[in-house]
Amino acid sequence: MTDQVLALTQTAAAAAGAVEAAKTDLWPLLFVFLLSTFIGVGVVSRVSRLLHTPLMSLTNAISAIAVVGAIIFTGSELPPEQRVLGFIALAASMTNIVSGFFITDRMLKMFKEKRDQK
Amino acid sequence: MSANITQLAYLIATALFILALHWMNDPKTARKGVMSGVVGMTLAIAATWIQPDIIIHHGWILAAVLLGIGIGYPLALVPLTAVPQRTALSHAFGGLAASLVGAAEFFHWLHAAPQEMTTFNMVALLAEVGLGGLTVTGSLMAAGKLQGVSWIPQRPVTYPGQNFVNLLLLLLAIGLGAALVHDPSQAYAAWIFAGLVSIALLFGVLLIIPIGGADMPTVISILNSYAGLSAVAMGFVLNNKLLITAGALDGSSGLILSIVMCKAMNRSFFNVLFGAFGQVQASTASAEGKTYKAETAEGAAQLLEQASLVVIVPGYGMAVSQAQHKVRELYDQLTKKGVTVKFAIHPVAGRMPGHMNVLLAEAEIPYEALVEADEINPDMPQADVVLVVGANDVVNPAAHTDKSSPIYGMPIINADKARTVLAIKRSKNPGFAGIENDLYYLDKTWMLFGDAKAVVGELVKNLSGAGH
Repeated sequence: MTDQVLALTQTAAAAAGAVEAAKTDLWPLLFVFLLSTFIGVGVVSRVSRLLHTPLMSLTNAISAIAVVGAIIFTGSELPPEQRVLGFIALAASMTNIVSGFFITDRMLKMFKEKRDQK
Repeated sequence: MSANITQLAYLIATALFILALHWMNDPKTARKGVMSGVVGMTLAIAATWIQPDIIIHHGWILAAVLLGIGIGYPLALVPLTAVPQRTALSHAFGGLAASLVGAAEFFHWLHAAPQEMTTFNMVALLAEVGLGGLTVTGSLMAAGKLQGVSWIPQRPVTYPGQNFVNLLLLLLAIGLGAALVHDPSQAYAAWIFAGLVSIALLFGVLLIIPIGGADMPTVISILNSYAGLSAVAMGFVLNNKLLITAGALDGSSGLILSIVMCKAMNRSFFNVLFGAFGQVQASTASAEGKTYKAETAEGAAQLLEQASLVVIVPGYGMAVSQAQHKVRELYDQLTKKGVTVKFAIHPVAGRMPGHMNVLLAEAEIPYEALVEADEINPDMPQADVVLVVGANDVVNPAAHTDKSSPIYGMPIINADKARTVLAIKRSKNPGFAGIENDLYYLDKTWMLFGDAKAVVGELVKNLSGAGH
């Protein structure tokens, strides 16, 4: 079963690239969605309340994974209008990636256990 | 072969993203989490970019990447008091990216691949564009309100039939969407699509205007969730499992934060979104005939000095006046004199989840001193002095006593149980939610009127100069 799924995904991706993905495998995708939501809920509910602000900026950077779709639309052989849309999406996603990861790290650096004795 | 490598990179990126969130469970490992996220993202970008059979316009990609870095880096350097606005703005960027990719995909299908417009694909695509669109305008409105942009009303805006108008718009959107899904390549398809996008954008604005500042932590969390879900929808459209996983992680994180925020206010999602909190309250009349007792900084400093346990309750007022560094000086002075100082942090204090923790961490207050509301409450009767710095609703005893109060039932920090209450307040007006606070009229309460930073500064001066 999993082999079939894998093979399907690979052929779909290889045959035409993500833009042309011939058949969307509805059920495997829904399984992935369900499982990752449960993992997300499980992992996030254990995050310390201290860190809720950095958590939000970190997940924000991670959800800028939309960059993957944006790259495909910016760089593929498509009419320029569609590539311009991709271009703006790519710039917006990169903005979130860069600012999200940097500011998260900046905030986390400030959380200190005990200050050094002066 | 190249597809295998791409999928493998995506698989590793997925694992790294999950680990990134896992490591956020402890401040000690949290920075490792960021590193893991960065590596995962770099892998995903590289694996997508280096697909010679698909990607040919490298110059375009490079230009967009550089542009994004150019905008993103300065955004990462904002003062920490502006973090709620920055976060809202980044939700807007996330929504923008999702809806634009969705739009590009729609026109690609319409002109070149109508066979792709299956019912499932179209539903996923409209969800992507719709959620993305309302996240864009909703988040921009939220960012504007948080930044205090003058032409965006700060107070909740309501009008008769508001929910009816919203419902009507929603039905219209569903109708248009159904028509488009039913026959995606019809003559007016592009126009229907444009109409749907406009409704989504309008809907984002309408959803945010009735929401007041006190509800911002919840709203930011909900928008966080929407931004994640629009990435999930993009994953369904592009048949990309990495997008679905990462989007779902973001979506569930936003969901959990929203639930935490709602619980902390004892309200439901529905109530936050459609309840128009903070409207005129009848309780103002009950305040008449009661008087505040004002205290000087000298007197307050003496009270603090003689205490053995001081609990500081910070709120949005501390963020507004940037008083966190002065608060740190106060913490230092008191600790030096042998006073135990703890900070009581309410989940909805400030304008986003965890807002107070970040500000106090910036001021280099060790995080052991930051205590959650439900953990500090049993100790409150032992507190000699509770010092309220720009917090209001989260210490309002009306939540326990006044059934007619809009915050009745909300879990609060029991400041009224302490032996003495010192409250710093900018003015004599009620707080953001517009609710009168009986804490200020108690016999044991002393008010310190003025800007939080200035007042705390005075306290520090009195404590350090008090050689006598």
